[in-house]
Amino acid sequence: MGSSNSMPEEIQELADKTGFTLEQIEHLHRRFKQISGDQPTIRKESFDRIPDLEFNPIRSKIVRAFFDKRNLRQASVGLTDEINFEDFLTIMSYFRPIEMNMDEEQLDHFRKEKLKFLFHMYDSDNDGKITLHEYRKVVEELLSGNPHLEKESARSIADGAMMEAASICVGQMEPDQVYEGITFEDFLKMWQGIDIDTKMHVRFLNMEPIAHCH
Amino acid sequence: MQARRGRRVPSLRALPFLFIVAALLGLLPLLHSHGLQHMLTSEPPYRDPAVLSAIEPGDVTAAPPDVSQEIRPLTNHSSPGHSKPRKAFPVLGIDYTHVRIPFEISLWILLACLMKLGFHVIPSVSNIVPESCLLIVVGLLVGGLIKGVGESPPILKSDIFFLFLLPPIILDAGYFLPLRQFTENLGTILIFAVVGTLWNAFFLGGLMYAVCQISGTGLNHIGLLANLLFGSIISAVDPVAVLAVFEEIHINELLHILVFGESLLNDAVTVVLYHLFEEYANFDQVTVTDIVLGFLSFFVVSLGGVFVGVVYGVIAAFTSRFTSHIRVIEPLFVFLYSYMAYLSAELFHLSGIMALIASGVVMRPYVEANISHKSHTTIKYFLKMWSSVSETLIFIFLGVSTVAGQHYWNWTFVISTLIFCLIARVLGVLGLTWFINKFRIVKLTPKDQFIIAYGGLRGAIAFSLGYLLDYEHFGMRDMFLTAIITVIFFTVFVQGMTIRPLVDLLAVKKKQETKRSINEEIHTQFLDHLLTGIEDICGHYGHHHWKDKLNRFNKKYMKKCLIAGERSKEPQLIAFYHKMEMKQAIELVESGGLGKIPSAISTVSMQNINPKALPVERILPALSKDKEEEIRKILRNNLQKTRQRLRSYNRHTLVADPYEEAWNQMLLRRQKARQLEQKMNNFLTVPSHKLDSPTMSRARIGSDPLAYEPKSDSENLPIITIDPASPQSPESVDLVNEELKGMSRLPPSPEEEEEEGLVMHVKESSSPGTDDVFTPGAGDSPSNQRMMRCLSDPGPRPDPEEGEPFIPKGQ
Repeated sequence: MGSSNSMPEEIQELADKTGFTLEQIEHLHRRFKQISGDQPTIRKESFDRIPDLEFNPIRSKIVRAFFDKRNLRQASVGLTDEINFEDFLTIMSYFRPIEMNMDEEQLDHFRKEKLKFLFHMYDSDNDGKITLHEYRKVVEELLSGNPHLEKESARSIADGAMMEAASICVGQMEPDQVYEGITFEDFLKMWQGIDIDTKMHVRFLNMEPIAHCH
Repeated sequence: MQARRGRRVPSLRALPFLFIVAALLGLLPLLHSHGLQHMLTSEPPYRDPAVLSAIEPGDVTAAPPDVSQEIRPLTNHSSPGHSKPRKAFPVLGIDYTHVRIPFEISLWILLACLMKLGFHVIPSVSNIVPESCLLIVVGLLVGGLIKGVGESPPILKSDIFFLFLLPPIILDAGYFLPLRQFTENLGTILIFAVVGTLWNAFFLGGLMYAVCQISGTGLNHIGLLANLLFGSIISAVDPVAVLAVFEEIHINELLHILVFGESLLNDAVTVVLYHLFEEYANFDQVTVTDIVLGFLSFFVVSLGGVFVGVVYGVIAAFTSRFTSHIRVIEPLFVFLYSYMAYLSAELFHLSGIMALIASGVVMRPYVEANISHKSHTTIKYFLKMWSSVSETLIFIFLGVSTVAGQHYWNWTFVISTLIFCLIARVLGVLGLTWFINKFRIVKLTPKDQFIIAYGGLRGAIAFSLGYLLDYEHFGMRDMFLTAIITVIFFTVFVQGMTIRPLVDLLAVKKKQETKRSINEEIHTQFLDHLLTGIEDICGHYGHHHWKDKLNRFNKKYMKKCLIAGERSKEPQLIAFYHKMEMKQAIELVESGGLGKIPSAISTVSMQNINPKALPVERILPALSKDKEEEIRKILRNNLQKTRQRLRSYNRHTLVADPYEEAWNQMLLRRQKARQLEQKMNNFLTVPSHKLDSPTMSRARIGSDPLAYEPKSDSENLPIITIDPASPQSPESVDLVNEELKGMSRLPPSPEEEEEEGLVMHVKESSSPGTDDVFTPGAGDSPSNQRMMRCLSDPGPRPDPEEGEPFIPKGQ
């Protein structure tokens, strides 16, 4: 499917599925080929070809998200080894900006989809909860750009955040009550303050192929 | 605590006035040489030529009549002291001219402050009418009063306005600019500021010219250039007016930053257009070269202004790197460098506002990392104080000047100006948003457009620019001024008063009163990195990509050069976390009891979220290490403060800042805390009997007004009890601790060495799972409010030096 941009029907089909315009798909396809090295599929190693990604502290999480079956809407658990162009587009479609003509329901759905994607990035073990352990991992990764930093401080931040989350989502807790982790509903609650639909998007137009990327 | 605060009020109030007065006075000579002469000044109210000659010719404000009334009794008193023929030594003389200028300046400022105070005493009025309107009305009344007595009221002079009144407001705006929103919407703001203002100026100028030509009501002598000049003066949205109104209506951040950003950035356009047309109006012919040069000068003015600001900002940041030993003058550097930036820009006719904003934005992150917490609070307070006083003065003087100035009312001109102003604004906003929405991802809705158009308030900048016009070249200055004042009054009164009901009516999204939680910070950062990653993957070098590059550059080079010590390596998240902890701790101290920690964190303990944790962790409070440390610091700080007051006062040094210490020793302390934790655990295994009932501890700490009240309903909980009843040893923290140790009523145990004045008691051996850290915050909503206040004011509130609560503008 990766080399299928010569067939207009198929592109049209992709466009309908993912909501991208034909032009955008063409752009992304060019980029896909760059990353995959003209292969029909992308593997994890392919992302090494993107030099800018190297400095990203949450690089592994990002790459992992591309292979997460939950995000690819294939299965509720597990990772795939390689993704084709359609899958690539599916992942990218999470980052589409909202459109003017969306009604409330669509908007809500759109918003939830985006948040689900994020949630899956946090929830690495598929149990539907961001546990303390997972949260600590996230914060550690976020701070991994600073080698001088103690792990301790990352931990205490995560702990603080988790406690805050618990108190936001559950309210008052009995001492013997246990908050196992942030569920998706709690996650939604926490994101209320941040306008996800106005933030989580990338412009896909005007992309220039990058020369130094093999 | 209240009583103590109250007692300190007078001295606190006096200080800023003295400061401003001193500043104004010190700068008077400069103002003098600056060409006040060619400006029209209102006649000084003193008819006595001797007095007149004694005072400086370019006095700042003419005296309001009450001044002379006030001093009259004094004169009477002093007259018996004089015996006419024989010149005895004057026991009590009077020399008003000696103090006249500062006296009057302070009197005006005092009036402004009292007015501001008065409006907040009567809340029902300020709910309906914006403060700016009330102030203008006060100005009108005062002006009328002065005129009624037969004096001529002072006029808001352009130099005073541009050199002294405007900079504090702009610096306040620039220093506390919400940078994220600003940069995210920079394109839109720039288009509104540049294209929008140009459109307004030319549309208005052109139409006014047409009106002047056809109507034949004696306006024929006004040429095209004069009309364009008028258009450029009146077309710029005014930051002072916008701030005054928008802060009160609490509109959502996007709209706020769009209108406010526009009002800030359009300064460059206004400056260029103003100088351009003023210059051209004297030429016989305007050539193409002139127009090209004018176009060029726009870039020079705006970019030059930004450049000057950035240079001063970097210098300021660099300077603040070395101030760790002389903390007292830290805030002054911020003010001086920014003011220098403004003046330097004005020196070359560059955009001073742009320079000020650029310098504020550039210096802030570095300066904040370098200076002490107290200095930061000082900066905040001073900026807010200066800007609110300036703003008040500006509006009052606008009213006074209206009464004082000469007016030439021409119905055709004034009415058509008003109408075209509104039309130009509406058309401009509609047209530009249509264009901008093609590129924006978050589209501007019709409601937004309406608010943007409606929020285009005009203000004192337009008035001052109009006032600056040279009478010789612009004989119609009075008419221009009248029209300008009419437009200002219309926008401030009609639009300013109706915008709030309209916002409610249209259900425009309001500002969400959110405190930024640590979760949100994590998520936001996570999202930032994710988007950068996705942009890299899809090969689009967009916003996030460049921001990331800039951040990396900043971290690698700028921070290293401009920030001293360890904090340069501190990532944003940690810094944010520390700040938050700090606020909570301060909050905690403020609320007067550990039982009522306002933060949400307090209701849940580590136990609740991490049952798998080792028993060691179970026992100690959540957030243990950091939080404890912070709390301890704050508490100790407070203890110390009672003592500090006994200390001999030294003008040049501040006592070692415990906050600084806290930051610097954070890592070390954490280590210590861990040890403490270990030992504590040992200790806790031995059940101790009830040593401290809440009442007892209260009695013990009752002597201190900042006492802590552990909540009584938390029987099974470990309670952090503070014992501030320590002797008056001014020496050092360590000493305090030593003594606290002595006071502590715990059975002597080795761990107290680590405790530093914070004693932890566990009432009973806790059964697993029953130990919450802090008791649930009962009064959640009031404490939330307090939290909000604290967020807007991170200063250490209980500090008597800074304890004067700041009243935000928009209340």
